[in-house]
Order: sequence, then C-alpha cells, then structure tokens
Amino acid sequence: MRQIDPDFLALPLRRLADAALQRARDLGAEHAAFRLERVRSETLRLFDARLEGSIDADDLGFAVRVIKDGTWGFASGVELTPEAAVRAAEEAVRVAAVSAPINREPVELAPEPVYSDVTWVSAYDVDPFDVPLRDKVELLGGWSSGLLGRVDHVSASLMQVKEQKFYADTAGTVTTQQRVRVFPALTAMRSDGDRFDDMRTLAPPAGRGFEYLTGTGWDFPAELAEIPDLLTEKLKAPSVEAGAYDLVIDPSNLWLTIHESIGHATELDRALGYEAAYAGTSFATFDQLGTLRYGSPVMNVVGDRTAEHGLATVGWDDEGVEGQAFDIVRDGTLVGYQLDRRMALLKDLGRSNGCAFADSPGHVPMQRMANVSLRPAEGGPSTEELISRVERGVYIVGDKSWSIDMQRYNFQFTGQRFYRIENGKLAGQLRDVAYQATTTDFWRSMEAVGGPETYVLGGAFNCGKGQPGQVAPVSHGTPSALFRGVRILNTVQEGGK
Amino acid sequence: MSERMSTPQETVERALALSQADDCVVIVDEGSTANLRFAGNTLTTNGVARSSQLTVISIVGQSAGVVSRAAVRPDQLADVVAAADRAARDAQPSEDARPLAGGGSYGDWDRGVDPTTIEVFRDFAPALGESFAAAESSGRRLYGFAEHILTSTFVGTSSGLRARHDQPTGRLELNAKSPDMSRSAWTGVATRDFTDVDVAALDATLARRLDWAKRRVDLPAGRYETILPPTAVSDLMIYLYWSAGARDAADGRTVFSKPGGGTRVGERLSDVPVRLYSDPAHPGIECAPFVVAHASSRDQSVFDNGLGLGATDWISGGTLANLVQTRHSAGVTGLAVTPQIDNLIMTGPDGGRSLEEMIAGTERGLLLTCLWYIREVDPQSLLLTGLTRDGVYLVENGEVVGEVNNFRFNESPVDLLGRLTEVGRSEQTLPREWNDYFTRAVMPTVRVPDFNMSTVSQAN
Repeated sequence: MRQIDPDFLALPLRRLADAALQRARDLGAEHAAFRLERVRSETLRLFDARLEGSIDADDLGFAVRVIKDGTWGFASGVELTPEAAVRAAEEAVRVAAVSAPINREPVELAPEPVYSDVTWVSAYDVDPFDVPLRDKVELLGGWSSGLLGRVDHVSASLMQVKEQKFYADTAGTVTTQQRVRVFPALTAMRSDGDRFDDMRTLAPPAGRGFEYLTGTGWDFPAELAEIPDLLTEKLKAPSVEAGAYDLVIDPSNLWLTIHESIGHATELDRALGYEAAYAGTSFATFDQLGTLRYGSPVMNVVGDRTAEHGLATVGWDDEGVEGQAFDIVRDGTLVGYQLDRRMALLKDLGRSNGCAFADSPGHVPMQRMANVSLRPAEGGPSTEELISRVERGVYIVGDKSWSIDMQRYNFQFTGQRFYRIENGKLAGQLRDVAYQATTTDFWRSMEAVGGPETYVLGGAFNCGKGQPGQVAPVSHGTPSALFRGVRILNTVQEGGK
Repeated sequence: MSERMSTPQETVERALALSQADDCVVIVDEGSTANLRFAGNTLTTNGVARSSQLTVISIVGQSAGVVSRAAVRPDQLADVVAAADRAARDAQPSEDARPLAGGGSYGDWDRGVDPTTIEVFRDFAPALGESFAAAESSGRRLYGFAEHILTSTFVGTSSGLRARHDQPTGRLELNAKSPDMSRSAWTGVATRDFTDVDVAALDATLARRLDWAKRRVDLPAGRYETILPPTAVSDLMIYLYWSAGARDAADGRTVFSKPGGGTRVGERLSDVPVRLYSDPAHPGIECAPFVVAHASSRDQSVFDNGLGLGATDWISGGTLANLVQTRHSAGVTGLAVTPQIDNLIMTGPDGGRSLEEMIAGTERGLLLTCLWYIREVDPQSLLLTGLTRDGVYLVENGEVVGEVNNFRFNESPVDLLGRLTEVGRSEQTLPREWNDYFTRAVMPTVRVPDFNMSTVSQAN
C-alpha cells in the first residue's frame, strides 16, 4: 500500500488541531472537530490534439466545527498557525451564538468508536502528480491524432485529484487519509453536412492513479479504435419512433439512473426535508422504510464506502465514522438510508453508516452519497442474453443528458448510443432517443439483472448538493439490466420540429 | 520558515518580480463568506470561511503555464512562480497567444481587504427568527439559505496592468411549505449586503401563494399558454448565454452555428425587439469591468487578462448581435472581441407590463414560479429539459384560480424567443437554478403561447 505524502504529514496538523480543540473546549463546546485538508487538482483540455488550457491548482486550509449549546458553529481558515486555529475555534463558537436564536432543534450526534491515530490510502499505483504535464499532453494528443482524419474534431480532457485529509475531534479520534482519482475523456465530433453529432468515451472516472490511462482498468486504445465507425453509423441512423419499448440498459448508462433515482432518493437528510428548499426531498419517505416496494424482486442495492477504486471510498468519513457497506434496497424493498451522525441519532438508527463528506476545508461536512450500487445476479445472464429476451426494444449505451424532479419521481435520460432490438438481436443504431419514467414504475419494470461479468463501476466526479454548493465524487456499480415497457421520446419532436 | 501571509498587493508584486518568463500574469483572489441555512423553521447549518488563492500564469514565447495555489506563504512564493515558469517552458505554443493587455489600472489597488463576517446577518438573522415564529403560528414551514460572499480580485501583469475588483455577492432563497409538504412556494433575492432584504415581506408573498395552492387542479401534459416570471426567464437565458461561445458555434456544434459553416450572428431570432445584453456598470448588478481568466478554454483566454469590458449586446432588436469571444476566437470568426461578462439583462419593448398586469390580462394560462434541474438534451437546437417547481398556478379570466401539478418541460430558449407573444417589465431577479454560479440578472416576465409540458411530475 502507498503511504501518505511526507509533505502533507510535515504540515503542523496536530499542533493546529490541539490548539483549536482546546480553545473550543475552553469556550464550552460540547463537541468540536478539526479538519485540515489539501486538495490538489490538475485539469487539462485538448482540442484537435492541441493543448487548449491546463491548470494545476490546490486548495489548502482548515476548519473547526463545534456544537455549542446544541447549535452548530463552523469557521475555516487558511493561515496554518496555532493562533489562526484558535481564532477559527473562537469564530465557530461565535457563529453558533449568532445562530442560536434561530435554532429550535438541539444538535446531538450518534455515538461512534474512537479511532486513535489511524491512516488510510486509496488503491492506486501511480500518483498522477508525479507524471509530467508533457507526458499527459503527449498521451491524450496521440489518442486525439489517431481519431482525426476519421472524424472532424476531437476534444480530450483529463481531470486528476489528490485529496489529503487530517481529522481530529474532542472524543479522541484522529485520522489521516489520502486518496487519488482520475477522469480521462475524449469526444469525437463529426458532421455530414446536414447533421452534427458527437460521441464520448465510456470510460468512467475511477479511484485509480495514472495507471488507468496506461492499461490498468480500461483499454482506451481499443475503445477509441471503434469510435469513428460508431459515430458514422450514428449520423446515418434513423430517428426513433416515440412509444413504449423494452430496454436493455448498459452499465455505462444505468449508473447515472441509479445515482439520480436511488442514490439521492435514499439520502435521509433529503427524506427528512433538510434539503427541501434546494436539492429537494424524496418520495422514499421515512415512514416507508421497510415497506416501500422500490422495485422488482431482482433489485438489490447496497451503499458502500469500502469498494476498491470507488470514488466515494474512504477509511473514515468527515465525522470520524468508519467506512462501511450497508443495504439500501433488498429484494425490491427499501431497507436503509445513507446517514451522517446527526441523522442517525435523530431517527434512532444507531450508528451512522459513514456518509459525511466536505469537499473542501471551507465547507461544512454534510451527508453525501456512498458508492450506491445495484448488485448483479449470481450466475445471471450476459448482456447478449438479456437482449435475446427482447422482441422490440432499445439497447442504451453511455450517459449524456439527465434530469429528475425534486422528489426523485420523474426522470428523463439520454445516452451516447442507442440500438434498435428486433427479435432478440441488435439491428443498427437509432437517433434522438430519450427515456422518461417515474422512479418506482421504472425499477418495478426491471425483469432481470445481468451476471457479475456485466458489472461495471461507473460514476461521476462532480455530484452537486447543499448550500453553499459542494461537489462530491461517487461511483455506482451496476450490471446490465432489462426493463419492460418504458416510455421513449423522440427529442426532435419534443423540440417541436 | 515564515507562516504569516503577505498582502495580496505584495504577493502580486513579488511574484511578478520573481518570474523568469517572458511575460507573467498574477491573480490573487481573496475570499470570505458567511452563510445561514434553515429548514422547517429552524437553523440547520451555518459557517464562515476564508480563502486566498494565488494564480501565476507564466508566458514563454507563445506558451503559457498556469499554477494556482491556496494559502501561499511568502517563503513558498518562489516555488509557485518557478513551477509556472517551468510549465510554460514545457507547454506547446498556445493558439490563443496574444500580447498582454497594456498597462493601466482599475479600482483602488492599494486599499486593504475588508472581509465579510457573520455580522453581515446582524439585522437579518433576528428578522428571520421573527418570520420563523410567524410562520410557525400560521402553519407554514420556512426553508432556505442566506449567503454573503466578498471576493477581492487583484490582477497584475508584467505589462504594467494593476487591476482590482471587489465583488460582493449576496442571495437569499426562501421556500415556504405547508406542514404536510403538499403545497410549496419559493422566492429569492440577490443583494449586495443584506441591508435591503425584507424577509417579512417575502414571507407574506409566499403565504399568499400557499393560499392560492389550497385549490388543486390536475392538468395533463400538453402545450399551454404560460407566463414565465423573471427568475424562470433568467435560468433559460443564462443557459443560452453559456451556450453562446463563438468557437463552438464556428465549429458547427451549437444552436448558433450556421448550416454550411459560420455563425448565425446577424440572424433574427425573435419578431419581438428583445435585447439581451451584459453591462459591468449596470446599477445593482455591477461586476468586474475587466477580464479575469485563470485558465484558457473555448470561451476565455489567459492572454486576455485585464482587457476592458463594456456594455455588450448579445441579442439586439431580436437579432443575434454577438457571441462570447476571446481575441483569438474573434480573429477566427472575424467578429468583434466580446468577452464574457458576469451579469445578464433582458428587456423588451418600452411600456412592458408587470407580472400582476400580465396575470390580469390572461384569459386562460399557466403561471410558473420557477424551473429546476435544467439540462441540455440537444446542443444543436439547445433543447433543454427540466421541471416546474414550487407552484404552477392556473390563471382564468385574469385571476389565479388554483394550483396545478408540476410538469417536465422540453423547450429551447432560442426557439422560445421566436414564439414570445409578450415581454413584460424587467426587474432584478435571482435565478433559481443557477444562483450557485450566476446571481446578477435583470429579466422580464414573458408570455409563451404554447410552452411544451412534456409529462406530469408527481413531485410537489
């Protein structure tokens, strides 16, 4: 296993934590937590094999969060001195005092064992920040050049993040963690004179290092080799006829439907109304825990902060809770929510399942999504076998546009590629396809899930939630799956053309 | 090792002096924020935060290297500048390379930074508490978010430019719900300092709307005459603005691409003489009067840092007038240099009616509160999908007669411009969907005869 970078460990982590936590105690806080973070990121973008822009950035700072007289208080700072840490503790207590008159719900936290000075590093081989920019540009430029000539334009991007966190609280927990993630993507564009279209690689973002771009976990050259012909076929494809179809959905598309219609819908803070004015609430209300028929009996969903290479995988969350795996939907029934410590206690659910996360030192931890994944069927069918069960349908590959309402009922998704299914076989691509459904109708129409060999860990770098807005990385594993009688729209007709 | 930080002005000057590159741009962003979040008539989270970000853009020949670091101490500055110089030497020549903007100045360069604090809510927080009590006694639950941000940006270049801009950004979102959450109403305001926010008046507006919702009318999907208030119009027009990059249009990728090549600049989009424009000096929504670009992309160039910005028409008299340009893209497209500006204003013909007057003049139609979860379905038509939220009302014979179910819509804002039958009076508004990124907007209420409500949403 890799080690945490020495230059992060050389920062005055404990000195600042001790100063802040002691000051918070002195001021009468019931609970205080100190978090120091460095988030290093590098993004580069190429267009037609030329570097268009790149930025190598970091975010460094610390935060103090207190509970004082039952009210939260939070303050952050950027000057890494004990004096600044003390000031932040004082400011956090002051924020709690200013806020107390509008707090009618005393804050308490679910208990969690104390972890004394523990460390965790994510699973990766090559630190992307050890690879020179020139090598990255050369690799992406080479991939782009290989497509040019067969397509009109190619855009390429690579996002890389290294997140380092030190956490300490007044209960005695001290954790130090480091995780790395990368997201390479290429989009090919082509016009046939009348029509323009594009096609993006299906490679998901991953909790891996630079080895992801050099053959570990994804075969980019193989995927890129197919894209020009696939894009040419897409341009010539007929427009879909709107109506109800059976769908076989590839993991490269279904991960996003899981994210929007299960991941967010089973966040307890949403279900209880804490996000009501912004991200929204959930149709999966707390009174339906244990009874809501979310989907068909083949639907089993797990929340997992321990999945290898998962983007939401951690050793401990940002409230000092150990990463765990837990059931959310079992045999089609809602059996669990994603929790932080306050939510867990509020609803007498015992221990938090470790879903607190803050995206930067300047932001407060909140309940964020675990890697929420649909389990495959042991010995289940291949994607081809699922397709063979469909007489008239559409096979959907890759994600593109997505939208869902504020209670997670009504959604609409598009994709990268759509194939007509006729009598159990693929019969060429279609254009202008979107599928639209109500969440429970959709998941109850799931007739079969694929076997483990169809399972892929998809995901996103930038799931948004909260005010002030925060982004979180999250993965979603899923097999291919078969759905019956889903509404397909023709997007050109939707536009009134 | 010194752990103390320099002033932003000192950091800019020292970084410029340390750079060994041919040219250099140094940007320092000093930020401070304070926020209160609430739900169900009680506080949920809060906080204050500071940030300090140094961005060094080194230029060697035609190549640029960009390194950005937080909380840089004086003893770390040389390493950051050296990293940017090294990145520039390693980089390919940039096709957007241009000589840096000449010397000159904006703002009071020497003045210190005065951060915002939790005290910005000194009067607002008690008023909010009183509204919580009033709402509780009247059977309403208030949800929302109040935030104040102050960002001081300093841009210095080796060509002598010293530009400073202090940007206050404040917003309040207020959402009222019935205790069973079945009725919901929303309003929001943008503010520079919270002294002009009357939370009791906003709550009274929401109470009225919750009363409207006591009568429920279920309608099917379909095309309806629809009144879109300023916040809904802003969310659609902001997306249009974000999609108005000249490079992508010239490459044939967007709704502003001309079939066969080129852009649609000069083409009439609406028979109504609407004007869509940006102006850094527009009263109440002032923003940076010069370009600040931390990295190059399709629509911005680090070489344009410090370029002056003035009032720019994007649509004038219903005709597409300009697209978002860098100096480089302007050269490629042969159009004017019109960089992006951080506010957006839409107006119609003089004498436009107020929202209330437009409701009174409606025989039968829908009145929206706001739009939500807006996403692009097709870039070439700019077809967007999304939801109605927090109140869709049925208007009959000039009066609101009840609340209607929510809908998913599929519409293109460009297509909508061609179908407007009325453009009302413009006013400052807070975009509901995009206010995390864009708060400075002045928009009218508009009437569309056939808004496409594609399907019913069960959400309320």
